[in-house]
This record gives sequence, C-alpha cells and structure tokens, in this order.
Amino acid sequence: MSTTAAPPRVNKLDDYAGLLGAGEIAELRALAARLEGRSIQMVNSTSVGGGVAEMLIRIVPLIEELNLPIRWDVITGGDDFFAVTKAFHNALHGGAFDMPEESFQTFLAYSEQNRGRLRFDADFTVIHDPQPVAMIESRAANGLWIWRCHIDVSQPHRRVWDFLAPYVARYDAAIFSSPAFARQLPIPQILFYPSIDPLSDKNRELEPEAIQEVLEIYGIERTRPILLQVSRFDRLKDPVGVVRAYQLVKRYYDCQLVLAGGSASDDPEGEAVLAEVREAAGKDADIHILDLPPWSALEVNALQRAATIIIQKSMREGFGLTVTEGLWKKKPVVASAVGGIPLQVIHKQTGLLSHSVEGTAYQIRFLLSNPAIARRLGEQGHEHVREQFLITSNVRRYLTLFLHFSARA
Amino acid sequence: MKAAQPFEFVTASYLIRIGGQEAGNLLSLQQGIENCSDASMFYHTFQSLGRHHFLNEGFSNDFAQWVLGSCNRPALAERLASLDIRDYVSIAELREDLKRMLAEFCAEWPREAAQSAFEKFHFCETVEEEVPLGSAGTLEEFRSGLETLPHASMQFHFLTSRLRLHLRTNDFSHWFDEVLGLKRLARTVERIDIYTNTLDGVRERIVELVEREMKA
Repeated sequence: MSTTAAPPRVNKLDDYAGLLGAGEIAELRALAARLEGRSIQMVNSTSVGGGVAEMLIRIVPLIEELNLPIRWDVITGGDDFFAVTKAFHNALHGGAFDMPEESFQTFLAYSEQNRGRLRFDADFTVIHDPQPVAMIESRAANGLWIWRCHIDVSQPHRRVWDFLAPYVARYDAAIFSSPAFARQLPIPQILFYPSIDPLSDKNRELEPEAIQEVLEIYGIERTRPILLQVSRFDRLKDPVGVVRAYQLVKRYYDCQLVLAGGSASDDPEGEAVLAEVREAAGKDADIHILDLPPWSALEVNALQRAATIIIQKSMREGFGLTVTEGLWKKKPVVASAVGGIPLQVIHKQTGLLSHSVEGTAYQIRFLLSNPAIARRLGEQGHEHVREQFLITSNVRRYLTLFLHFSARA
Repeated sequence: MKAAQPFEFVTASYLIRIGGQEAGNLLSLQQGIENCSDASMFYHTFQSLGRHHFLNEGFSNDFAQWVLGSCNRPALAERLASLDIRDYVSIAELREDLKRMLAEFCAEWPREAAQSAFEKFHFCETVEEEVPLGSAGTLEEFRSGLETLPHASMQFHFLTSRLRLHLRTNDFSHWFDEVLGLKRLARTVERIDIYTNTLDGVRERIVELVEREMKA
C-alpha cells in the first residue's frame, strides 16, 4: 500500500493505441499536422495538486509529442492572493462572499505582477479558471485567447461575477465542462467534458493479486457482492442515504458496503458527516467506512475493480469523475440523476439512474439479480467513456478548437 | 481494379458549442426544436447517434432520450426514437417531423406537456472541422484504410453523408456504385442497419463484404 503520492508517469501517445486503436491516434496526428508551426500556452495557478494541474501534467506532454510547441506557465501570488481566489471560487459556486472591497485590488495587483513576469506570445493561449483570468490584459494583436472554466458558474455570487465578467468577455471563447455550468456570455461557449487518464494509477489495469491485497488490508471479502461509493464525506454525496439503500438491499442479498472517502481531519463538516455515517451503519460488520488519504489512487482503483456495483448517490454533483472511473472499469453504476451524471449514465444503456434511497436500493437489487444486464451496462459504459471522457478526447477537442479558430482568424 | 477516382478518407472532428437555449418541459422542447439552428438539430440527432455508436438498441437521438429519462414519457420517447435519420437528406425535413410529433403530444396532453422535467435539456450545436486522412484507389486499399478508420471518420462517411450528398446513401456505397460500378455491393452496404449494429460492427461487415467482392 502506498504511503506517499508518486509523481505521475509520463505516457506516450502510442501507449494509448492499445486501448483506443491505432486509427484514433493517427487521427490525432492528422489533426495536429494541420496546426504545424503554431504554438500553445497553458496558464493556471498551481503546478501540483488539484484537478487542473493533474490534467495539464498529462495533457501537455501528449500535445508536445504531436510536434506542437506548448508551454505551461503557473501564476504566483502570496497567501493574500490565494485567500481572495479561494473566496472567488466559493462565491462562483454560489456561496457567500464577505471579502472587503480591497480584495479586488489585491487580485489585480498580483495579476499585474504576473503579467510582468510571464511572456504571452503563443498563437493559442488557454487560461484555466478565474485565478489568472486578468492575464487577458496582456493580449497582443495576434493570437487567440481561450478561457477554460473548470467550475460551475451557473449561479455565481453577483458581486464576484460582475467583477470577473468584463475580463471573460474579452476572450475569443470560453470552455465549460457542462452546458448546465455555463452562463450567457457575449463570446462563443464550447463544451469540453472532463476526462480521466486510463493509464493513471487510478484507472490502469491491475493484477488480481494487487486487488486482493487491498481487499485483505480492509477486511473486504471477494466472495460476496461489494457495493461501493467513492466520495468525500459530504452531505451532498448522501453517504447516509447510501447506507439506507444498502440496508434495504441487505434484506434480500448478503452483500457488503464500502464507503471510501477522503480524509475528514481538516473539515469540521466532514467529521460530522462521518459520525452520522458511523451511527447509521451501527454495528454492521459488512459496512466498511474507509477514510483514505489523498494519495490512495491505487487503493481506489483496486476497490473499484473489486466492486460488484458502483454507487454515486449524490444530491448535487459537478461532473462526477468517480462515475467515469467506475464506468471505465466496466462496472454497473447506480447513480443519482443530478449534475453531470446523466451525461455519463444513460439510463438502462450505460447504467441506472435513481432519484431516491428506495429507487437506489431497487436498482441495486435489480442488478444483483440480473448479472447479464449488469455486465452489458458495464461494457457499454466503458465504451461511452472510451468515446467521450478520456484524456485523448480532450487532446482532440483542443486540436479541433485551435483548428476552428485558426480557420476563422 | 484501379478506380477512375480514388476514395478520399476524411475525418470530421467536432466541437460542441453551447447554444444557451434550454428546455424545462415538453412545451419548451417543442419551441426549442422550432427555433434552434440546423447545427443544433444535427448535433442532437445525426451526431448523437454517432456519439453513441456502441449502443445497438434503444438509443436514437438526444430528444427521445431526454423525453424518456427526464420527462418519463415512454410513449412519446418511442415515437421520437423511431425517426430513422437515414430517411432524411435535409435537417429541415427532420425538424418538421420532430415538431409535428411533439405538437401532437402537447395538444393531446397539455398538462403533461407543461410538467417540469427532472433535468433541463440544453441545446448545443456542432462545429465541424474536416481533415483528410488519405485515399484508396483500389478495393484492396479501401479495405485496408477502412480497417483502421477512426470512429469519427466512420460516422462522417456512413452516417452524415446523406446531408452532404443529399442522397439516401452513404459515401462508401456512393463510391462503389458511381465510381466502381459495383451496384450490388453498394446496395448491400447501404442496407446495413446502424440502429441495430455498433459502428465497429458496421465496419466489420463492410470489410467482410468488400473481401467477398475482391474474391468474386
């Protein structure tokens, strides 16, 4: 079992050919050939940790391998800058914003500093998320600027959005992860689904012994059905609802429930939710509540691969990458019809959707008694992810976006 | 046999543009279908079938899927799903038929038509970038190109060709017939049912038919 985060292995395009087919990789090369000589710059606010950095670490080398010069720059700032951007982040998600008026000046001062430090001369500049949004002030006459928004800004705090919107409006286009996360803007809005890397520790194939080892560590039996929800202990993920659904299923099926979540030590609400889950679970030895550290990618992979059914009973959800991960592993998924989940779980085609505890329990029972249907859903879910939600699909989307705007320029 | 005109393999890579228009019930879906762009109609019908090419039953277009999954109206969903895009050589005809089916339902079931859906329908549209992938001058070269053709290219040649050609056929059959004079092969390939086959299944079947033709 790993105890620290290992640096991600850099994969080559051809490493993906076995999963996607050589034709798909050749197609990426053909698209890239049309952009020969064009340069790309990606800008975000951190080089380690967080979904955006994790994605860029993997996507930048792939684009480089397609013979397109690409540079990844990271803006810097003091604690006061990141306190403001964190407050912006929460406010854009619809939360409160109680920072003083000077916080906007702090944001602009650091933006100015970064503009002086960084060079902006690429043909295509992609700015990720709100932290570096004001870099657009450095825009020269040539070159296309894209704002990639990874968060849901459909219900933002008015004061923060009114401050950021004039910057966003100066870009050539904005990219969102779901149509539901977008806003009305005077610039074109493009849809890029989030993606997973099939060769990462979280998703790559594992030897049966490696899976067994993880199960033994946590005392989970392979011989009885395993229901699994992977998510942090947050009320919006409804872990107590998952326990209730499991209890309804348990009346008819001798199964186990695994709730694998992130560490709750620095999150007071997480600790409270964890306590509620433990109380709901009572003394049932077949309920395994795992408080995993953030570097548990291999363990999560093993649990997902060992699971009989993957559950995601969220009340609200962003895109739901744990669903993507489950589908990629050919698992039948029972998930709530919220956020980005219905984009991935097409009811009765790539999984089953539910709207309540009882509905979730029913769908689980249905799958447990119909393993052939469960298998078919898993297979189709895997194909759906292969087509839409892999990192290579995102490389293709970027190339298409650049081609489209080159043609327009 | 060397063709007088080679078959040009092309792939189409698509960007999805968020339209901003949305529907929260069947009435607003009807309005949306009436007002959305042709590129949006294309995205939710032709392209949707292509995106879900790995399903070989029960999936037809985004509208039918939403009516079933978010509005829980299986009878209407079934009707909308029954529209076969191979019958259409223009988006306008397809739009008319979808509008008519929705209008009939909304007139007959006004209360149900006004009921809120679980999730909103978001109209999007397609922006297409075509990229050449090489050409085939003989059946042998065609077969070898087809074997490694990416899915997007298969969709381009087999599904969306109708809108380009304004003919009820696909690019492959068009070439077999018009350039090589292989009418029977053209007809057999055109008869492959995309609604009950996956795109990979269609490809395998065409390779099989071409090989049979080469041996004949």
